[in-house]
Amino acid sequence: MTSLPTSTDRKLGLVIDLDTCVGCHACVISCKGWNTENYGAPLSDQNAYGADNSGTFLNRVHSYEVQPEEGAAQLIHFPKSCLHCEDAPCVTVCPTGASYKRVEDGIVLVNESDCIGCGLCAWACPYGARELDQAEGVMKKCTLCVDRIYNENLPEEDRQPACVRTCPSNARHFGDLSDPDSDVSKLVAARGGMDLMPEQGTRPVNKYLPPRPKDAMPEFDVLAPFLEPVAEEPKGFLGWLDKALEKI
Amino acid sequence: MNQPVIDLSPKVSDEVRKTTCYMCACRCGINVHLKDGKVAYIEGNKDHPVNQGVLCAKGSAGIMQVNAPSRLRKPLKRVGERGSGEFEEIEWDEALKIATDWLEPVRRKDPSKLAFFTGRDQSQSFTSFWAQNFGTPNYAAHGGFCSVNMAAAGIYTMGGAFWEFGQPDWDHTKLFMLFGVAEDHDSNPIKMGIGKIKKRGARVIGVNPIRTGYNAVADDWVGITPGTDGLFILAMVHCLMKAGKIDLNYLAQYTNAPVLVNEDEKSPEYGLLMRDENGKELVIDRVTGKLTPFDQPGVRPDLSATHREAGVTHRPVFHKMADMYLSDDYAPENVADRCGIPAKRIRAIAAELARVAFEESFELDHSWTDFRGEKHDKMIGRPVSFHAMRGISAHANGFQTCRALHTLQIILGTVEVPGGFRFKPPYPKPATAHPKPHVGMTPGGPLNGPHLGFTHGPEDLALLEDGTPARIDKAFTWENPMSSHGLMHMVISNAWAGDPYKIDVLFMYMANMSWNSSMNTRGVIDMLTDKDESGEYIIPKIIYSDAYSSEMVAYSDLILPDTTYLERHDCISLLDRPICEADAAADAIRWPVIEPDRDVRGFQSMLCDLGARLKLPGFTNEDGSQKYADYGDYIVNHERRPGIGPLAGFRGANGDKSGRGEVNPHQLEQYIENGGFFVEHIPEGSNYYKPWNTAYQDWAVEMGLYDKPMPYLFSLYVEPMRKFQLAAEGHGDRQPPDHLRQRIIDTMSPLPVWYSCEEENRASEFPVTALTQRPMAMYHSWGSQNAWLRQLHGHNPLYLPTKLMRENDLSDGDWATVTSPHGEITVPVLEMAALNENTVWTWNAIGKRKGAWALEENAPEATRGFLLNHLIHELLPPKGDGLRWANSDPVTGQAAWFDLKVRITKAATADEAQPEFAPIRSPVGTGPKNLTWKVGK
Repeated sequence: MTSLPTSTDRKLGLVIDLDTCVGCHACVISCKGWNTENYGAPLSDQNAYGADNSGTFLNRVHSYEVQPEEGAAQLIHFPKSCLHCEDAPCVTVCPTGASYKRVEDGIVLVNESDCIGCGLCAWACPYGARELDQAEGVMKKCTLCVDRIYNENLPEEDRQPACVRTCPSNARHFGDLSDPDSDVSKLVAARGGMDLMPEQGTRPVNKYLPPRPKDAMPEFDVLAPFLEPVAEEPKGFLGWLDKALEKI
Repeated sequence: MNQPVIDLSPKVSDEVRKTTCYMCACRCGINVHLKDGKVAYIEGNKDHPVNQGVLCAKGSAGIMQVNAPSRLRKPLKRVGERGSGEFEEIEWDEALKIATDWLEPVRRKDPSKLAFFTGRDQSQSFTSFWAQNFGTPNYAAHGGFCSVNMAAAGIYTMGGAFWEFGQPDWDHTKLFMLFGVAEDHDSNPIKMGIGKIKKRGARVIGVNPIRTGYNAVADDWVGITPGTDGLFILAMVHCLMKAGKIDLNYLAQYTNAPVLVNEDEKSPEYGLLMRDENGKELVIDRVTGKLTPFDQPGVRPDLSATHREAGVTHRPVFHKMADMYLSDDYAPENVADRCGIPAKRIRAIAAELARVAFEESFELDHSWTDFRGEKHDKMIGRPVSFHAMRGISAHANGFQTCRALHTLQIILGTVEVPGGFRFKPPYPKPATAHPKPHVGMTPGGPLNGPHLGFTHGPEDLALLEDGTPARIDKAFTWENPMSSHGLMHMVISNAWAGDPYKIDVLFMYMANMSWNSSMNTRGVIDMLTDKDESGEYIIPKIIYSDAYSSEMVAYSDLILPDTTYLERHDCISLLDRPICEADAAADAIRWPVIEPDRDVRGFQSMLCDLGARLKLPGFTNEDGSQKYADYGDYIVNHERRPGIGPLAGFRGANGDKSGRGEVNPHQLEQYIENGGFFVEHIPEGSNYYKPWNTAYQDWAVEMGLYDKPMPYLFSLYVEPMRKFQLAAEGHGDRQPPDHLRQRIIDTMSPLPVWYSCEEENRASEFPVTALTQRPMAMYHSWGSQNAWLRQLHGHNPLYLPTKLMRENDLSDGDWATVTSPHGEITVPVLEMAALNENTVWTWNAIGKRKGAWALEENAPEATRGFLLNHLIHELLPPKGDGLRWANSDPVTGQAAWFDLKVRITKAATADEAQPEFAPIRSPVGTGPKNLTWKVGK
């Protein structure tokens, strides 16, 4: 079994805005592209052009319909990847020490050379955020693009996870959630950012910003003054028009 | 604890090459990272005006597209029957000789026997130039079945529409209302904009029968009954006018609302605008009370005054609007049931529009001078903006619905003002500044002008002397007088029927007509393979160019394989469908960032060669030699007018001129150095009120967008429509056939109207509307060949609202038979609650024919995937009059595929979606089983 660090210097993670995620999958494919070419084994695809096709993804978008008690049903797009938990059960369950949480930034990684592909970590993760690569037989998971965020070969502005850089609706934010003054911490405070399944006791670093209330436009009674008729009859309208034109 | 040491700064790539994406029509800038000369990673270009660094799923999956196993490899000549998929590979010389041998006699004898239609072409200014040089009148791209209603309604009304024509003022808008937009057009900019305004707390209202994508994040969702958007919009116009919540100053100064209209029912000019001897619209000046051209210095056009001259009363357009829209026909209570929106909600939304437009009005501290010479110290903001696309336009009432939406924007005074909707150069550009359609043929010579354009009355119709259509698609005829983009969806049907005439060669590019790009897919396949008594194909010769093994390949006789988008030159030109921003003119290139590993040629480069072989004047030097070596050569050296070429940037001998300038032989290198694009910003103070702002007008002339300033009035009243009505009422020499008179009178109202399309689609028997939407992660048929994207959308259930699931005793995963007046399909269903209760829908173009796209025959796209196209006919159900009535908008000819009406019945569980089609033989085999992609070490 593998131990977690007692604390980490920083808590790097993602803040995902469910109010603006349109479910476009840009993050999913950008992640697939970067991580196929970079950290560890490529993310493979099976039956790539046939039936029962499947592949390794470190980030997926799920869509859920929500039926409120009153009003129209809603659709929530829910991107999900490793949440880099403070009490990561996937690490403690690892028999070889391949899964570990980095002391300096809290990123949970798999050292592929030590991974035996036993799958215990995937069972232990309550979020289903790990995927065993079928070609390589090693466990793959979100690295928070550890090979981008410190990468001196990239321009400073690009040192962020691929999913964050590519997100068209700016629904993904990256930063240090241990620093209350960081942009991401402020965003979490302002928007009531939430843990995913806090009852699991994993203390996830990633946070989700809930959707704002929907279909909450004021009733017409409130807005009615804005549509007060200038006249009931068309003739009256032209009378109003003449007066109104005088004022221009 | 010992943490492993990992390389935090691995080398990202050997080289980054910046070009333009083509995974859809959005045309974002991309950084292509190369390792060992191979594509390793694609990301958005942060400097690019369109996407500013972001990139969608399609764009990021480009690596799987340029390496797709479906790529065609070599020219193909059909050796079996059409549809068999039996081909033999041939050399390019032979392929081009065959094409030349087929086309040369056509051009010499009767150029109209060539129908040249390009599909999702991004080089229309080039392909139309080629067709014009060939001399056939039969050219168009795919706008007729895409969104011509949106484009044409916008241009006729206000000199531009949405997407490529303009965008919301994302920096200032506070209320954004989105109508009928599936999840693309304009792909990344809309997502960026929604993210930006939601961050500011602006409200987004989505009007769409389906609550996915943008509508899922909208603050308010209006699940409207499909096809009734125009009625809903005009009800809001009614409310706003009745409450006087309209911008009278804006209407008086910048629109034709004050222009006087002839009101004498007996006059041949009844309903036409009063004009002076120079053709300028006349108004009454409130200052002098006198009749005057609208554009004179100091004139304050009167919205109310009438004028009597020579016994004829003339009233301003605005009076006619009041007559029409103050009528109780448009009262919310009288449209609510039809639209499926409670009257109170219609009023609430109208009131919110009024509140934000007028109560949250603001000022920008920019002075500007209007075309009357009046100086304004400030710019008044009305922070309400709109966007719409095919959802409202792909109906037979779509043109008028799009017009209604523009009317709503205009009465709120929110077009081209801060916070509202803003044009992107080269727009604004009124319909009168565009060409008219040309069909003047000379055997062996070029056409007498551009094919497509804008008609302004019966005299502009594309009719032969005997009154029959000049074009194979019957564009610009009485059936659809304002069909500015042609009718690609009617070409095969008309050519097969010989109505209006037969053709010899059908030449198409990137148009999957035997599958998802046609209505009535089965019927089109039959037409493509049908033979006459002598055993010859009725459409004798078919040439097709595509980069991939699409369903259309099997139905063609000669295949000219195109390259992928990373292996070619292209220009995203201001002469074409540009990528400008509201604050800047911009254009871009593609260039071969990798070399093809197959024997393929870029379609446009191939046309340079074929054009020279055919001795087309624009493609041949005086000595008879080939004028442009390839498309790159054309892009640099072609001039449309002196100093104006396909690219506006880096012109002049030193590359230091923008817009106008002589040819720069190093232009492409300079684009590449600049990241593949060019941007020229509009100076502050010129960037709003563009149609009337003298500073903008002067800038546009300097840039070569116009040759002289051309301020104009927005056409709330579209006079050309009235001219077609007048003809239908019996005035003038050019008369419509009798069977079309009443329809022209009913549908060509110069003020927007709404009419139902239900009866023609037999809605009483088929009460459910069936729609398609394009997923954000797929583009037409292309996504399925992409190993990554097809994992996102590998098949497409039919989504049914809860009510229809219950009524039909259906559960998720059951199968249902969907029947329309035209056909029947049997498909798997899934429940969706966030859906209009009388609407079903599915994802567009996921269903594939077995054998196409290098997929295995048991791929879910080919077994459970399906097309709604089988249910939609290109013609309306027969009316018993023996005539072929197109299933199109009677104004523009836009394919009305969102008018589809169906009924649903439960079916037995099936193995495969029905109808099932026999596999076609793949010219490229199938893809590899598994992928472990990594180009670096």
